[in-house]
Amino acid sequence: MSLLTQNRPPTASRRRPLAGLAARRRGLETRRQIAGWLFLLPALVIFGLFAWWPIVRGFTLAFQRTNLVDPAQWVGFDNFRAVLDDPLAATAVKNTAIYVGLALAIGFPAPLILASVMSTVRRGAGLYRFLVYLPVVIPPTVAILLWKWFYDPGSGLFNSLLGKVGLGPYPWLDSPHTALASLVLESTWAGMGGAVLIYLAAMAGIPGELYEAAEMDGSGVWRRIWHVMLPQLRPVIGLLLLVQLISTIQVFTEPYLFTGGGPQNATMTVLLLIFRYAFQNGEYGQAAALTTLMVLTLAVLSAVYLRATRSWSRT
Amino acid sequence: MTSPTAFPTTFIASGRQGPAARAATRSIQAATLILLLAAGIGPLYWMIKGAVSPPAQTVAHPLAVWPGQARFANFSTAFHELGIGHYLLNTLIVVSGSWAVQLFVSVTAGFALSVLRPRFGKVVYAMILATMFVPYTVNLVSLFLTIIDVPIIHVDLADTYWALWLPAGASAFTVLLAKQFFDSLPRELFDAAHVDGCSTRHLLTKIVLPMSRPVLAVISLLAVTHSWKEFVWPLVALTDPTKQPISVALSQLSGQAPQDQLIAAMVMAAAPPIVVFAVFQRQIVAGLGFTGVKG
Repeated sequence: MSLLTQNRPPTASRRRPLAGLAARRRGLETRRQIAGWLFLLPALVIFGLFAWWPIVRGFTLAFQRTNLVDPAQWVGFDNFRAVLDDPLAATAVKNTAIYVGLALAIGFPAPLILASVMSTVRRGAGLYRFLVYLPVVIPPTVAILLWKWFYDPGSGLFNSLLGKVGLGPYPWLDSPHTALASLVLESTWAGMGGAVLIYLAAMAGIPGELYEAAEMDGSGVWRRIWHVMLPQLRPVIGLLLLVQLISTIQVFTEPYLFTGGGPQNATMTVLLLIFRYAFQNGEYGQAAALTTLMVLTLAVLSAVYLRATRSWSRT
Repeated sequence: MTSPTAFPTTFIASGRQGPAARAATRSIQAATLILLLAAGIGPLYWMIKGAVSPPAQTVAHPLAVWPGQARFANFSTAFHELGIGHYLLNTLIVVSGSWAVQLFVSVTAGFALSVLRPRFGKVVYAMILATMFVPYTVNLVSLFLTIIDVPIIHVDLADTYWALWLPAGASAFTVLLAKQFFDSLPRELFDAAHVDGCSTRHLLTKIVLPMSRPVLAVISLLAVTHSWKEFVWPLVALTDPTKQPISVALSQLSGQAPQDQLIAAMVMAAAPPIVVFAVFQRQIVAGLGFTGVKG
């Protein structure tokens, strides 16, 4: 079986009649096509069954009612109406928006600041990197159960520590006012390491001459950060912002394990509600309708991002 | 990729700082180190301490830095009686199968799209990349309906490990990594192989793969990390408690098991990835830069 039939040396085939050559070439080209599709087959099967089909199925399911036993019925926009009429859905959207906002407010600048400090470290840089990434490798279930124990209002680590300096006790997960923020605190701790390492790699790629030139022009440290480092990091910052946005919108494990959506639905998020619709209430159609609305939101956000980065790269 | 020993110039520039500025830099660095120690090691230490302390002591003296009388028996109790050994084995089965499927699909697809380039291959590639915008946690419900009745072959994969292994292969990002890496290999090499009468299969296994160790390592790393940390999909796809991986089993055990045994179980669930990270730290950090900067 051969690959690059177009580049065959002409001398090898000149002795054959032209018609025969053309037929032979066609045969080899066909074999190359077959080999190509053969090697693509695993991806076609896996993506076909477990990525493309569920996307199509999810979209059609949003307009159906099914109990998984009888054939599904088409119900038009009933599922969307049911979701939009559900006050819990409004709560879930509001909570998810607050969660994303808080996660960005804390979790977006923190890795950038940490990475800036770490980039100046000469001795022991490896230790810093090890420590900052350590929480990322802890499985989320372990991390969440651990923090749940820390958050315990009575004998938990946090209230005991804060009590020593005369603060608290705080209700953490037990109050609708602080529960969502408590989830953000844990997920920032758990997820920050990856962003720090990516920023560090990007910072190491900034040409040192830029800083030296700025220094010779008499600009101080803050001006070098603001006018040299941040503009150089802009593509990475934009990419990480989008990645963080998309992953925090899908928050599920934290509310599921910490609070189950409580207290008083204060931590009910969109994905938790989708899960509840489908696997507790058996309302697969409603779950699919809410999923469809969420996918549309993600698509709009991604489009806005692509447009923003395109105009950035022009400036 | 810069090696950890080469020091790039930072915003401190020439480093000709006055004594006050140098002291400020030093103290910010030291404060950061203390913060990172508290955030990185602190919770882990507290977890180990909780695993070996009697519960009454943990409640009475929550801030005691050292456990009064350490009881390591909790580990063996959790391992045998809570079945943590069994759940860890399940996790190992899940992780190795998911890794194998994901690596196989990414490498064959990357090879076909980059080297063989069949007609309409670009369309397939675009369709693969499009799935990046619909993460499968979002598609949870329809993916569940798919695995309980797989289209065309009509089998029910729920409560089998195939339900975890096969969807793990549908990872657009690792297909992208493989294709981009193969694109960077010299095409003259493929020509030479062709002249020598090399078959397509041997072109992949004897020439392309031996040159692709870095990208194979990164794909493996991403696959293993992802499936070890996975929670929501195994929760949905495996309802049989004897088959569940440790991440799901721990969530079921919390609230049933005594607290000190549960914490001992958590230590055992966290230990394998921490040990792997400690050993392969350098490669993992380099791999992250690889995915982040080039992505």
